Amino acid sequence: MSMQRRRFLASLGAASVVGLAGCAGESDPSGSTATQTGGGADGQSGGAQTGSGQIGDGELVLATTTSTYDTGLLDALHPVFEENYGVTMKTIPKGTGASLRTARDGDADVILVHARNAEDKFMQDGFGVNRRDVMFNDFVIVGPEDDPAGINGMESATEAFTTIAESESTFVSRGDDSGTNKKELLVWDEAGTDPSGEWYRAVGKGMGDTLVQASQTGAYTLADRGTYLSMQTEIDLAIHVQGPLQGGPVILKNPYGVMAVNPAKYDDVNYEAAMAYIGFLTSPTGQSMIADYTANGSQLFFPNAIAEEPNFGQYVPQGYTAQQASSLSPQDKEYLYWVDEQVPADY
Amino acid sequence: MIPLQAQLPDGGWTYVVSIVAVSLYVSLTAVGLSTLFSLPVALGIGFTDFRGKRLVTAVVNTGMGFPSVVVGLVVLILLSNSGPLGSLDLAFTPRAMILSQFILATPVLLSVSLSAVEGVDQSVRDAAYAMGGTRVDVGLAVIKEARFGIVTAILAGFGRAISEVGSILIVGGNIVYSDGQSYTRTLTTAITVEARQGRYEVGLVLGVILLALVLAVNGLGSWLRNQGRGERSV
Repeated sequence: MSMQRRRFLASLGAASVVGLAGCAGESDPSGSTATQTGGGADGQSGGAQTGSGQIGDGELVLATTTSTYDTGLLDALHPVFEENYGVTMKTIPKGTGASLRTARDGDADVILVHARNAEDKFMQDGFGVNRRDVMFNDFVIVGPEDDPAGINGMESATEAFTTIAESESTFVSRGDDSGTNKKELLVWDEAGTDPSGEWYRAVGKGMGDTLVQASQTGAYTLADRGTYLSMQTEIDLAIHVQGPLQGGPVILKNPYGVMAVNPAKYDDVNYEAAMAYIGFLTSPTGQSMIADYTANGSQLFFPNAIAEEPNFGQYVPQGYTAQQASSLSPQDKEYLYWVDEQVPADY
Repeated sequence: MIPLQAQLPDGGWTYVVSIVAVSLYVSLTAVGLSTLFSLPVALGIGFTDFRGKRLVTAVVNTGMGFPSVVVGLVVLILLSNSGPLGSLDLAFTPRAMILSQFILATPVLLSVSLSAVEGVDQSVRDAAYAMGGTRVDVGLAVIKEARFGIVTAILAGFGRAISEVGSILIVGGNIVYSDGQSYTRTLTTAITVEARQGRYEVGLVLGVILLALVLAVNGLGSWLRNQGRGERSV
């Protein structure tokens, strides 16, 4: 205890000194905010396309979901990208809805999100270009260990949601227009249930917050498997309905896409760096780093950018029949094909 | 110290020091600018009688209760690339955070320093005039007389700025570089990240550092006031 206190004091002293130094340095009127990156950028701040090995203005603003951020995946990927491309990443963690809005306003250069319908709308409205699939995992329905609603082992997400609604067991919703929230609303919609009542709580927070809150109030929630696995030690929630990675319903699929902001809409976006970033994520290096990233001993994301097959929309080889219902949409079929290709049988 | 950002190279040291630096840089700059703005305005309002003076005072006092998230949202809309000031390229920068904290701290500073200035006896101004002082001299004489109240005003403004999270989260974007150096992440917004990830202990450590900072600045403030008091009793 006393040891900790001493370190506190040390940190405090160091902090105030550095704080003052920071002030002195940064209040210099000629210093642009772009030069305070702390190493690396020195001598290269001469502006766009002048420095050798620098792309655009050397900074890339990424708006992304809390699920890619809170799992720590980006902390693993970005140093390598920065090293190879001489670009400084500025990552703004938000929900998918907020990320798309930030990009629509021209305040981000590239986005990494997970809500295919909203992404398609974004592309069709002309705000995004060059969308690529990057990786996928799935959503799971989690809840208290003792499972008061009795949904454990159900093979249908809609049935599980209906059961939760009928038993009025507490359900915590992200309620923030994130990809996870959009997915949750889609499942309610498919289930033909309109969630309302005191048992249904929209909290308007990120995935981590929501899991913590669900855990503390003994509630159910829909979570992406990546964030759930990375926080497993912090929370008391069990998976009751599996996603398609472990044989669950395909409606719980969770594919991530990356796209650049259209430079024709905003001419000051760093399009070149955005394309370099997309290139990096979908390169063999980026893809294998995604595959190798684990938390609490489990792989969180499965890369799907690279395949020998032709890369048309929703490509599924002829003769491929998924085990699940034959009346699947091409997108669902393609997703199941990725699962078969990428996810080890014993995952 | 606790599993502070275990994935960062030096146990989170760079991270913590840099968010403290960003917190101080943003809040001190905002309060500094606000002081430069508020004092002349407080003198102006305090010394002149004009129609609607009570209304202006009421508006300033209302401003103390500005919800910070609303300020943040409005500032972001203004500074966004698609907004009216988009060409300045300020969205998601520390300067945007300074702007929103300036807007939040100014009513506090203005209100408290206004009552301090109004509390200064008329005789002080008369004496300064009588000695042939210009308007600036008179103003300085009043500021000197009202210094206790003004220090209190600055401290109150700083307290509002450093502990605020709603607006800087929105306009700053909570950005930290991949080497752990903060760009627009402050102590308060860092605590929101830790709470989101369920790492309450780390959040609490940051909270204690924040409290210690506020305490240190207030300690400095009361020391200044005591200095002044000593001088006065002579």
